Amino acid sequence: MSVLRFSKLIFGSATVFFLIAPLIAILPLAFTDSVFLNYPIPAYSTRWFVELFTAGVWQRSIINSLIIGCGTTVLATFLGTVGALGLRDKQLSLVLTTIKTVFLLPMVVPAVVLGVGMQLMFARYALTNTYLGVIIAHTVVAVPFVVVNVLAVLQGIDRRLEQAAASLGAAPVTVLKQVTLPLALPGIVSGAVFAFATSLDEVVLTLFVAGPNQRTLARQMFSTIRENISPAIAAAAFVFIVGTVLIAIVVNFSRGTKRAKEVR
Amino acid sequence: MNNPFIRLEEVSKSFGLLTVVEGLNLEIGKGEFISLLGPSGSGKTTILMMLAGFENPTSGAIWAGGKRIDSLPPHRRNMGVVFQNYALFPHMTVSQNVAFPLKMRSLPRAEVKERVGKALDMVQLGSLAERRPSQLSGGQQQRVALARALIFEPEVVLMDEPLGALDKQLREQMQLDIRDLHRRLKLTIVFVTHDQSEALTMSDRIAIFNRGKIEQIGKPSDIYDHPSTQFVAEFIGETNLVWGTVKSMEGGTARVQLPAGQQVLVETATDLGPNSKVCLSIRPERIKVGRREAAGNNITAAVSDIVYHGDHLRLIARSDGQSLIIKTDRSQPTLSIGDEVQLSFLSSDCWVVRP
Repeated sequence: MSVLRFSKLIFGSATVFFLIAPLIAILPLAFTDSVFLNYPIPAYSTRWFVELFTAGVWQRSIINSLIIGCGTTVLATFLGTVGALGLRDKQLSLVLTTIKTVFLLPMVVPAVVLGVGMQLMFARYALTNTYLGVIIAHTVVAVPFVVVNVLAVLQGIDRRLEQAAASLGAAPVTVLKQVTLPLALPGIVSGAVFAFATSLDEVVLTLFVAGPNQRTLARQMFSTIRENISPAIAAAAFVFIVGTVLIAIVVNFSRGTKRAKEVR
Repeated sequence: MNNPFIRLEEVSKSFGLLTVVEGLNLEIGKGEFISLLGPSGSGKTTILMMLAGFENPTSGAIWAGGKRIDSLPPHRRNMGVVFQNYALFPHMTVSQNVAFPLKMRSLPRAEVKERVGKALDMVQLGSLAERRPSQLSGGQQQRVALARALIFEPEVVLMDEPLGALDKQLREQMQLDIRDLHRRLKLTIVFVTHDQSEALTMSDRIAIFNRGKIEQIGKPSDIYDHPSTQFVAEFIGETNLVWGTVKSMEGGTARVQLPAGQQVLVETATDLGPNSKVCLSIRPERIKVGRREAAGNNITAAVSDIVYHGDHLRLIARSDGQSLIIKTDRSQPTLSIGDEVQLSFLSSDCWVVRP
């Protein structure tokens, strides 16, 4: 038994190491003083962070990422929540099952294929090289995450709560606003976080539909690493990771306190 | 019934090929406490759901207060519903839960506050107004659910096994509380349960359901003393069912021969033809140990088991291949297994039931 536990421990640690090793490798480089993105680090400084937040291209790309990320989050959360509300029954008709599959399809369809299709289509509607175009493209791949998260919460809501509200005099819209949505909020919030994160690191679709004016942070990192390997990439990666971890902590914390309140 | 408050007319409900309620007719008077009693799957909850508006009848009509309501959405029916799992809103406090129906009716804030206070006092929960439902015990949650369903003074209160999740002692207390509220507030209550003793203690009338149809409807004492079918006799209380053949019939009393040859006298209102097969129901507490000449029916039996129940003894006795259960008080002379006993019962204690 102890052999089994020991090997579990070894295997678990190895998996965790495999997953986070690239992060551990890149993070210290954000604080290098050198102009090269490699080890050993001659001296430590924050010059690349200064570069990241002051240089025009980097600044622009951070703002673009925020604009597109927020736009995607709002659009994907709205569409995904509405979609999940329509698909919440545990037993769906054939039509609804098909629609559900279509909603989740962008998760498995190769981004390259989506990108080619979108570029052709967006060109017809003059959406290439526009913020709206990029936001729509990101929304397509972000919606499945919202649908999955909101559906999970909705299916856990007892229908009798909504029936009770209706019997007490609440019209369907009121039931939705006062009972269903407040109870689904944790799922909507984590869906929104996933949507924002998806938009932040989406590169392939951005390459296809975005013009030079919609260069996002991820896109900028991608081209920088090919053109001039600057440690600003490491600084950008650092910002990314810290931001993601912070969001995760906030979401977890807000859920945790809610649960604690209910138990008490 | 003169001027019923709720009327169901030939109501049927099917889900796909499965018919859950079939051609149901039911009238409920104003201020009446009626229980819908039956095993699970007998259609009783479906009827409640149709009254509340959560399900639509496949055919038939439902009337309430002179209006046809079967196409009205639930929020316009003005019926209070109490669910088995209480269905309290977990994201609201107790007082917000109770205030919900008043807010839906856009009452002024001061009035809402006053009525919520009164309603919580009525169910003795005034001190817990700011708690969340998850912080309350099952019994307290049930009281909140009651207060919430009653605060808007609905015309009808529908209860779906509201006491099913409570332990025995609390359940009995809540039975008395609900009965008391019913009397004080002159409520019309439709109460779904599968617990026969609950139905017997609380109801003005009981409707016994079996396979989507009403098997019998009437006052608790009528149903207990005069079950019309074998199903009702077995479902309500405990009974001995005995099959026999009618030998003769004179003046409301039939002479019925049991398979082993014994004959018993049975009082009955229906005219039974000679040689017809009948099923008799004899309640265990009606059979007395010891010979009584006046009783009309005296049989000899052998005790095959004695079960001690604290307040009473239960004898299992066999008489010519027929097993009988007898509920008797403990003042009996000591009996032991294998003893031969005389059993007696009145001809009016035998009741003919339809198979």
